[in-house]
Amino acid sequence: MLGFKEIKNGLLVSLWFVFLTFPLMVVKVDPVERIVRWRWENSLYVAIGTFAVFLLVKIIIQRRSRNAAVDKEAEQKKESFIHRVLASPRQKFTLIALLLAVAIVFPLFSSSYQTNVMTTALMYVVLGLGLNIVVGMAGLLDLGYVAFYAVGAYSYALLNHHFDLGFWAVLPIGGGLAAIFGILLGFPVLRLRGDYLAIVTLGFGEIIRLVLENWSEFSKGPSGISNISRPGLFGIEFGLDGAIIYIYYLMIVFMIVTIFIVNRLQDSRLGRAWIALREDEIACQAMGIDKRKTKLVAFSLGAFWAGIIGVVFAAKTTFINPASFTFLESAIILAIVVLGGMGSIVGVIFGALILILLPEYLRALSEYRMLAFGAILVAMMVFRPQGLISNIRRTYHSDKKFPSPTQQ
Amino acid sequence: MMATPILQISGLTMDFGGIRALNRLDLEVHAGEIVALIGPNGAGKTTFFNCLTGIYTPTAGEILLTPPGSTKNVSLKGLKPNHVTEKGLARTFQNIRLFSQMTVLENVMIGRHCRTKAFILGAILRNAATRREERQIVEMSYAILDKVGLAHLANEFARNLPYGAQRRLEIARALATEPFLLLLDEPAAGMNPQETQELDRLIKEISTDGHSILLIEHDMKLVMSLSDRIFVMDYGKKIAQGKPSEIRSNPAVIKAYLGEDVDA
Repeated sequence: MLGFKEIKNGLLVSLWFVFLTFPLMVVKVDPVERIVRWRWENSLYVAIGTFAVFLLVKIIIQRRSRNAAVDKEAEQKKESFIHRVLASPRQKFTLIALLLAVAIVFPLFSSSYQTNVMTTALMYVVLGLGLNIVVGMAGLLDLGYVAFYAVGAYSYALLNHHFDLGFWAVLPIGGGLAAIFGILLGFPVLRLRGDYLAIVTLGFGEIIRLVLENWSEFSKGPSGISNISRPGLFGIEFGLDGAIIYIYYLMIVFMIVTIFIVNRLQDSRLGRAWIALREDEIACQAMGIDKRKTKLVAFSLGAFWAGIIGVVFAAKTTFINPASFTFLESAIILAIVVLGGMGSIVGVIFGALILILLPEYLRALSEYRMLAFGAILVAMMVFRPQGLISNIRRTYHSDKKFPSPTQQ
Repeated sequence: MMATPILQISGLTMDFGGIRALNRLDLEVHAGEIVALIGPNGAGKTTFFNCLTGIYTPTAGEILLTPPGSTKNVSLKGLKPNHVTEKGLARTFQNIRLFSQMTVLENVMIGRHCRTKAFILGAILRNAATRREERQIVEMSYAILDKVGLAHLANEFARNLPYGAQRRLEIARALATEPFLLLLDEPAAGMNPQETQELDRLIKEISTDGHSILLIEHDMKLVMSLSDRIFVMDYGKKIAQGKPSEIRSNPAVIKAYLGEDVDA
């Protein structure tokens, strides 16, 4: 089991933690009585806690490595449970039908608050799927994705405010404008890769936000735009509760359409070109793929989804200001893609649901919820660095049979 | 009079700052030929390939490609790599550059990209024309894989293939672009004798199928067995050209490879 070395390391680590947390946990200045309270007992708790956690992690890692050595096969099977379900058409159909049924009855049995939270989660699923085209498939690290989201939201807010255009009229305009901005961003960064691309896209995202914040004549600055109309349905206007449920169902439909389209894109000639671009740019070009066109299409298609969801966001909250489009949003959407599994559609859906719903339901833990959230993220990256559900490549079969030479 | 060469290079020069990597190189390849380009390490062979395939833009000189059976030639100078491939010239790489996260078949399917059309709408609607095109891509890719003997591994990840198979997959991927001239950059590098023998057979087969081949290679046995003509380069210059038997006894070539005798 655990040797002397582990115990020694555990003691050292817990000492280090006691030292690190000393100012926070032990020293307490009481400004009223003007004295310093020394809470020495806390350092003992920290030491014991750290030591226990350290040993626990050590034991888990030991057991994992032993299991992996003994039974690698079983591990692999367990890992691909979701893949197996997806591989069998009947199980896949059952799963989808079940999820759809749950999704449809959900708002009937839950409060407006719950429905609202779920709508937000669905919006992030679509945002994640859009960014997945750029980051997951084409391998272009985009840290300014929220800019396109802002373009969509502001195009609805402004067109609604000035010209009284309705939700459905602006939906394609918002998506289209965002796609155009995607191309605008794409042109200057065609030659960039990796870190450099990330920096430029990050800058682009900030530029859009700062313009919205400071160009008051255009966007009303930080005070934002309010009284944006909610979406209607053939002239029917909904009350507050009705609108929440309506937008929820709308998002369900949008999500299904997005999954359908992204899935088809992934398995197409274009999708293969994106993945090839991610794998090796030079080889990709040498095989006759137009790098410039492929990249621009990835940027603009990815941005298109952000624009669409931006319009929905503006319609849902009826008020937007630049504070909703900070870098943190980009980071969360990127985290959804990375956590879910780069390039994997199912993974991104799970990633979005976890990353958006978890902080909401962790509210019970009140002030510790972000701490718990962070801990879960770190644990995720330690134990599953490839993401929740890694992508499986589609297999193709020929009409003819090609037996392996050894079997002949 | 001989027919126009399918590839005619004249005065090709490439400077990197003050270093002249290629110095007024002339070379031609005729339809159906296997031509080898040899030379010591650092002679500029790969630079030469990179100039041809559009990865570098040459400083001076002209590269003319004439498709077999045609009299019109096109200049490749300054074209982007993907346009060069569209013109009918495909290459493999010295250090294997496969798409390792894709399956073997998908790697070959990528090669079909420039000969097919489906785009965003086709992908989303998946209409009859797109389905037909996809079907053709799959069937043709399988046929090419069968030719290089990898069809039974079609749905493996490319990164899981043994080394020799990866080299053959690179050739298959290049063939999928329907080139009439194939550039192979050290196809036998790192292969064992048996794999090299298989490669020898494969290249001869590809040649009989009507592809012309220009290859860089260090394995002299393979070069002598395959090539109709050999060009020898050193320090960015052509130092010799001719049939394998002539090259073998050429003093300039021996000097480049073995160094000069120093008389004390």
